[in-house]
Formats: sequence, structure tokens, C-alpha cells
Amino acid sequence: MSETTFPEKNLSRRDVLKIAWAFLGGVALLETAGVFISYLQPRLAEGEFGSIITAGLVDEFPPNSVTHITNGRLYIVRLGDGGFVSIYHRCTHLGCTVPWDQTAQKFICPCHNSQFDQQGLVENPPAPRPLDMFPVIIENGEVKVDTGTILQRNHTKLHR
Amino acid sequence: MTEQTPQPDPEPSVLDRMRERLVPDGMPSDDRGRMRMVMDSLILHIHPAKVEVSTLKWTYTWGLGGLAGLLMMILGVTGIILINNYTPSAPQAYLDILELNSNVWFGELIRNLHHWSANLLIVVSVLHLIRVFVTGAYRPPRELNWLIGVAMLLLVIGANFTGYLLPWDQLAYWAITVGTSIISYIPLIGNWLSRLILGGPEVGANTLLNFYSMHISFIPLLIFGLMSYHFWRVRKDGGLTLPKKAESTLDVKPERVTTIPHLVRREFVFAIVWIAIILVFAMLVPAPLEGIANPDMSPNPAKAPWYFMGLQELLLHFHPLFGAIILPGFAILAIFLLPFFDINLASVGVYFRSQRGRSLTLLGIGLALIATPIWILLDEYVLNWNAWLPTWDMLISNGLIPLAVILLPLIFLDEWMHKTFQADTEERVLFIAAFLFIAFIVLTVIGIFFRGPGMSLNWPWAMPVH
Repeated sequence: MSETTFPEKNLSRRDVLKIAWAFLGGVALLETAGVFISYLQPRLAEGEFGSIITAGLVDEFPPNSVTHITNGRLYIVRLGDGGFVSIYHRCTHLGCTVPWDQTAQKFICPCHNSQFDQQGLVENPPAPRPLDMFPVIIENGEVKVDTGTILQRNHTKLHR
Repeated sequence: MTEQTPQPDPEPSVLDRMRERLVPDGMPSDDRGRMRMVMDSLILHIHPAKVEVSTLKWTYTWGLGGLAGLLMMILGVTGIILINNYTPSAPQAYLDILELNSNVWFGELIRNLHHWSANLLIVVSVLHLIRVFVTGAYRPPRELNWLIGVAMLLLVIGANFTGYLLPWDQLAYWAITVGTSIISYIPLIGNWLSRLILGGPEVGANTLLNFYSMHISFIPLLIFGLMSYHFWRVRKDGGLTLPKKAESTLDVKPERVTTIPHLVRREFVFAIVWIAIILVFAMLVPAPLEGIANPDMSPNPAKAPWYFMGLQELLLHFHPLFGAIILPGFAILAIFLLPFFDINLASVGVYFRSQRGRSLTLLGIGLALIATPIWILLDEYVLNWNAWLPTWDMLISNGLIPLAVILLPLIFLDEWMHKTFQADTEERVLFIAAFLFIAFIVLTVIGIFFRGPGMSLNWPWAMPVH
């Protein structure tokens, strides 16, 4: 580099105003984008999917049964030992509704042939993780499900 | 008011004055007037006053860009008509489509026109991109217009996808469910983004409203802006690309003719013929409509819109992070960056660059036609990385390993092209692109026609009914 005098940085009044205007303009743009995005946000209504749903009486679910609760988008699985599992009916692969195949005793997804066992664990990919679950609440002999809380089981390994 | 001063000429009538304002000198009869008309007109101004005769040859561009523009116009007009008969809420949306099909004057025809034009637009846009690619027409100074074109292609797919949901039938509901679930595999922001687009955890009333507003306002506005700029840039960048002239003919001036009537007449005839074709097609083939959307019952098989079937097929073979995000992401990025790598100006305007380029393209197409079905069959019936490597993460066993199995031979082939055939960068780009594009087409065709219930492989003519 040749010897050059480093120009002294003098912020003129005009420069300050320019920067201020650019800054304000940027803020305005960001605000508009923020409003745009917030208007796309979920607008959930009370009492729909997303609230606590009563699936039925405990005695209505015999051991080793799988019952589709359509308004809750879920299955109530009563295991052989009498325990309850609530499974979101949405496939973890690409979101299709997974029907329970009674003869095969499996959840088999019609879209990409993902298969899950009674507890929703992956038996056949491409599903990357087990079916999601909801917390089950047993209250006064009733089975209730909190559909607002989706529990993801994140182990990606194949269950065999 | 009462006094009338005698005039030498009779006062021109109101109609005459209107006509004079709209078409100042009437239809010009000489070249000079015709050039003036192009210069003065806003719409015709997208053309230069004169064009080279050789660019009029229609087998060079096949009129694909113009056809895309025409389809946009048809979509705009039919779309505006359709808005008046549609309520973006479930289940009314579906009932409105039934009403449109049965009780609205020419309602079904308008819907068919819109539907088929939209689908044709995707095909035409991709063909337009291929034409620009194989003639190297994106090279300097046209890089920016290539970027805008690719952006518009993505917007066209976005417009198609958002429109796909609007009839609110089973086809729409599940195609959008499958299509939007892909989004949630984007690392870190996927779940948030998918909830944002859907307006909730799954496709529902909010999704319909979000898609409707995107479909009729945001996306068309963006496309209109970019399209105007795209046309203007074609002119700014010097019109259509042409093969470089041989040295001996450099001093011979290319023959040029006035845009009116030579170019405009061709465009007019082209547009009329295509409008006729689309109209006849829309009269004969109804747009599909299935039963009303039912969130509890996925049809078997549930398929994405046809232009995403290649992606869906890829998802059958790869971990979603690879099939849905990494591979398509890299493909789009590569398409965007093409004009910055492939910059040899010598072969601009020549289809497939050179004789060797032509051979390599054919080789790439042939290899893809053979290798892709073999790979699909292998992966379907023989390869099972998950079972062979049960303790490995599926990202590796179902992602990295199959990717390596595909990429390594391709890299080897590319090296072989380079060493054995002395193929240069532009020809290697051509070979790789031909291979990948045809592989994608094969995936799409298999996804559309060869996948039956449970996404099992079947012959299209022996498809089991579920």
C-alpha cells in the first residue's frame, strides 16, 4: 500500500439523517413482515381439537383393544396389562391418517406403507419416529385426553 | 352555445376524437410508422422496434416463454371470474365447487380452463427453463433474468400448490397434507413453519383461508411484478440469444425486419392457436373432483399433486431430511447457481453446446432411463439398510448410505467424461443435468402411474383396486 492519508471520518448532518431514515425504513419493513407472519398464526377455537377431550368410560375399553376417537384425532389403546396409551392418528412420516389394521394388529399408513405396532412404535419405515402421543387423564372413571400437548418420541432407531 | 362560427372542416365527432386518442395515426402503413408505434406503446414496448430475422425462427424458442405469458393471462381472467363463486371456508368451499360445476353458467368450463391452464403452465415453465438451459441462454449478461425465471417457476409451483387445496375434496386435502408435512422436516424451523403455513397442527379451516389469500393476492402480485421485469430484461439483455457468427460473416449485417407486423403477427397467431387448443381440451376433459375432504380417512394410496410425485417417490427411498430437504434444496440451489459456473460464451445459442454435448446428453438420458428403474426395484425388493444396520441412526442408514451409493458412480462417470472424452465444464454440466432431470422424470412417472395401494409397485394396467 502506498502512503495515503486516511480520510477522516466526518459524519455530516446529512449522513446522520440518511442513516436514520434507512434505519427507520428497515424497522417499518420488519414490522410489516412481522404483522404478515403473525396474521398467518394458528387461530384456535375453544372446544375443538387442541383442548381436553373425553374419550369415554374406562370400562368401555377392553384390554388389548384399539379404539379410534375421531373428534380427538386419536386412538385409545388399552394394553394387555390394562394401561392406557393415547396415540395421535397422524403418521409421523407425512401426516396421513393411519388406520388400525385389526387382522394384522398394526397401524398401517396408506400413504407410504409405514407400519407401527400397537404402542405406535415403528415396525417398518419410512416413518422416522414412533407415532406421537397425548397425555391421558383418568378422572372419575372417565378417560380424558389432553390433545393440546403432543408428545413426540424421538428415538429414530428401528424397533424390532 | 347558440352561436356557431363557421369552420372550414367539419368538427370531428366524439367517436373520431376518441379513436384519435387511442390510436393516434391509425394503423401505420410504413416501416417508420410501425417502429414508432412499438416505441410509443407501453405493451408493445417489451419488443424492440426491429428484430433479427433469424430470431423469428420458431423452432429456436418454440414460443415457450410467450405461451407461459399467455397462460398467465388465461389464469388471471378465469381466476378473477372464479373468485366470485367461491367461499374460502370448509365445507362451503366444496359445495361451491359442486354448485359451480352444475348450476353456474359455463362454471365448469371456466374451472376446467383454470385447472388445465395451471397444470400446463408448470409443464411449459419447465420446458422453457430446459430450452434456456440447453441453448446456454443464461450466460452473461443474462444471469439475472435466469434467476428471476427460476424464482417465477417456484412461485408458479406455489400458486399451483395453494390452488390445489381450494376445492376442498379428498384429493386436495390429502395432497396438501402430504405436501405440507414435507416442510416440517426442515431442521430447526420446520415445525414452526409448518404450523404457520397450516395455521394450526393440521390442514383445516385456517389452512384453507391462508392458502386462498396467498393464491389470489400475494403470489399473483409477485408473479406479475417479476414477469414484467422478466420481459423487460429480455430486451435489456439484447433480445434472444443467437449462435455466434463465423468470422467470415462478421462484417455482414444481420437482416432485420420491423416488429410490426413480422413478430407481432406470429405472436398473435400462436396465441390464438393455443387458446383454441386449451379451450377444446377444457371442454372435453373435466378437472378432477372427488368426495368432500374427510380428515379421518386417508385415501389409499394418498398422493401429492403430480408435480410433487417425483419428490414423494424419493421420500419412499430416503430419510425425509434427505428426500424432502437436502436433495431438492441442493437441486434448486444448483439451478440458481448454474449461470455463474457455466459461462463459456462461445456456444451460446447452440442447442446442446456441440456435437459432443449432444452425444453426452443422449448418454445421460439413456443412463438415467436404465439406472433409475433398476435402483427403484433394488431399493424396493433387495436393499434394506435399516434391517442390515439396525443399530445405526436412520439418518445414516436410510440417508447417507443410499445417497453415497448413487453419488459415487455419478462422480466416477463425470470423471470418466472428463478424462476419456475431454469433455469441458459446459458439456459435463449438460451430462449431469440430463441424467438428474431424466432420473427425476422417471421417479415422477413411477410415482404417478406405478404406485398402487400402500404405495406398492404395480403395472398401471393391472392396478389392484383397494
